[in-house]
Amino acid sequence: MGAPNLSPTFESLTSQNHTLLIPYVMAGVDDAWIDVVHAVIAAGADAVEIGLPFSDPIIDGPTIQEAGVRSLERGTTAQSVLAQLQRDEFAVPLVVMTYYNVIAHLGHERFAGEAKQAGITGAIVPDLSLEELDGWERVAEDAGIDPVLLVAPSSSPERTKKICARSRGFLYGVARMGVTGERSSMTDELEAVVAKIRAFPSPPVCVGIGVSTPEQAKRVADIADGVIVGSALVRRVLDGEGPDGAGAFVSSLRNAIDA
Amino acid sequence: MSNIMGTPGLDGRFGSFGGRFVPEPLVPACQELEAAFADAWSDESFIAEYRRILREYGGRPTPLTKCGRLSEELGIELYLKREDLAHTGSHKINNVIGQALLTKRMGKRRMIAETGAGQHGVASATAAALLGLECVVFMGEVDTKRQELNVFRMELLGAEVRPVTSGSRTLKDAVNEAMRTWVSEVADTHYCLGSVMGPHPFPWMVREFQRIIGEEASSQIHDFGIDEPDFVVACVGGGSNAAGLFSGFVDSDAVLVGVEAAGGAAISSGTPGVLHGMRSQLIQDDEGQITEAHSISAGLDYPGIGPEHAHLAEIGRARYEQAGDDEVVDALQRLASREGIIPALETAHAVAWVIREAGGEIPLGSKVVLNLSGRGDKDVAQVRAILRGDS
Ligand SMILES: Cc1ncc(COP(=O)(O)O)c(C=O)c1O
Repeated sequence: MGAPNLSPTFESLTSQNHTLLIPYVMAGVDDAWIDVVHAVIAAGADAVEIGLPFSDPIIDGPTIQEAGVRSLERGTTAQSVLAQLQRDEFAVPLVVMTYYNVIAHLGHERFAGEAKQAGITGAIVPDLSLEELDGWERVAEDAGIDPVLLVAPSSSPERTKKICARSRGFLYGVARMGVTGERSSMTDELEAVVAKIRAFPSPPVCVGIGVSTPEQAKRVADIADGVIVGSALVRRVLDGEGPDGAGAFVSSLRNAIDA
Repeated sequence: MSNIMGTPGLDGRFGSFGGRFVPEPLVPACQELEAAFADAWSDESFIAEYRRILREYGGRPTPLTKCGRLSEELGIELYLKREDLAHTGSHKINNVIGQALLTKRMGKRRMIAETGAGQHGVASATAAALLGLECVVFMGEVDTKRQELNVFRMELLGAEVRPVTSGSRTLKDAVNEAMRTWVSEVADTHYCLGSVMGPHPFPWMVREFQRIIGEEASSQIHDFGIDEPDFVVACVGGGSNAAGLFSGFVDSDAVLVGVEAAGGAAISSGTPGVLHGMRSQLIQDDEGQITEAHSISAGLDYPGIGPEHAHLAEIGRARYEQAGDDEVVDALQRLASREGIIPALETAHAVAWVIREAGGEIPLGSKVVLNLSGRGDKDVAQVRAILRGDS
């Protein structure tokens, strides 16, 4: 039944100085995952990253790996997730996050078409580097899906400039050199990567990887346009906290960011 | 000369295969490695040092051995390229000496590696010890149990072995874990990948470091009065020993044959997809989820294959065949009892295909060069258990 479009929604919120909050939910991890999506939206999420599980997630740490394994064991497929999303109405944009083989296997056109039908208007495909992007980028944009690209602490200024220019919807700033996962502290790679990105024109800059607590979310919010939180939320879901626990955690992030 | 098995195309393409499908944090590291390798491989002093170590330390050149009894039984002329006689007992040493030298040249102090059977892990630990580098080896937990002695060997050599408990706990998961670790430690760490797979430049670089096998074999065959062989055969996991041997014969009329484990045959039973930074043939389900490979040999339990092999298959320059577990054990016994050479279980796949097809696909009287990629010492306990019916 649909969800708002990513680019216009984020542009308008950013122009009103609203800091974006984007939680990550692994699709299909249990029966209540769609309720978790609704709960985090009610708690103040500005978009939701919908994780489609892949057998070999090389940029994910133990928490999201485990969520992926659970989801796959329950028989989750890209199409089963998209069909489920299509039945609901969402008040904020949905961004799919998966690995390229899941998309390539279904076929660019078919994946983009079915995702759009399900209300998805953004896609993060971390293993699709700038050099490999062309085919998918064209099809995604034609279908109305924004390809969201990553800038890392290791990206050179030249690459950063190119990535900033090609990313749509938002730019994903990688807060540290490492895989997804909760961290007790953040390094000053965070400030450095945001400063590097800010040197170039780009869509709103949202930062994730390792952002785990309300305090850390606040530190990101002070310098970036948005905050992405994955493993810290996924762990609560894996621990059985359910939609209520997920909502409460996202509220605490929202409050810290807006304080 | 054709450009087959030459320098790959833009962004590391072999036809439609290859490429560099890695998350942005790793792209600069791959670019740095590509530049460093291209520079080193055109630097005569680097090549001289690589060759010196392989000669004085690694046991190269390895001999080409003509099989007497087995040739007669099979009705063909069978020649073995004896990588089992290289230091650490397999062809893996050629690659790790190259990559360890490159690690130092890039100013990095540490290597990480994945291993299945343990051969690449042992070779990496060896090269690290030789050149004074730290070494961490990722090995699926299942494989650490299958190859306990190799774990101890790596530790003796000063390496740290980290059992991998994610996914299927075998080689593909060890690659995942090594890549994850590389992301966070890339500043001072080189990922010493063990086969002709992964993101550009690895498939190209590892093939170049293994090219020495084919270079030696194509010249040594002349010593037997043979201009060029009719068949060139190697087992294929990721495909490095095969790529090394094939590169010496790709411009000849020889039929190139790669033999995969029947339970992990990426070319015969796989479909195109993207895994571990490359587009290649993969064993995957209807949803694009990668499935586990199963065979008697840990070193061939990989659900993919190097992208250049997918390309060679696509253009018809090489053929890819399969061997099953039972015939592999028979082949190992037959080579041991007829020629006094116990091959690795991986290698025995190539031997099994030649035994099966002599007088069939391989016409009687054919001259066959087979890459004896490794020795079977690591496998004798497992083979004993199988023959006694314990497993
Ligand atoms: C003796 C031997 N041969 C072959 C292989 C398979 O690797 P590749 O296909 O890269 O040569 C291995 C891997 O462990 C091995 O130990």
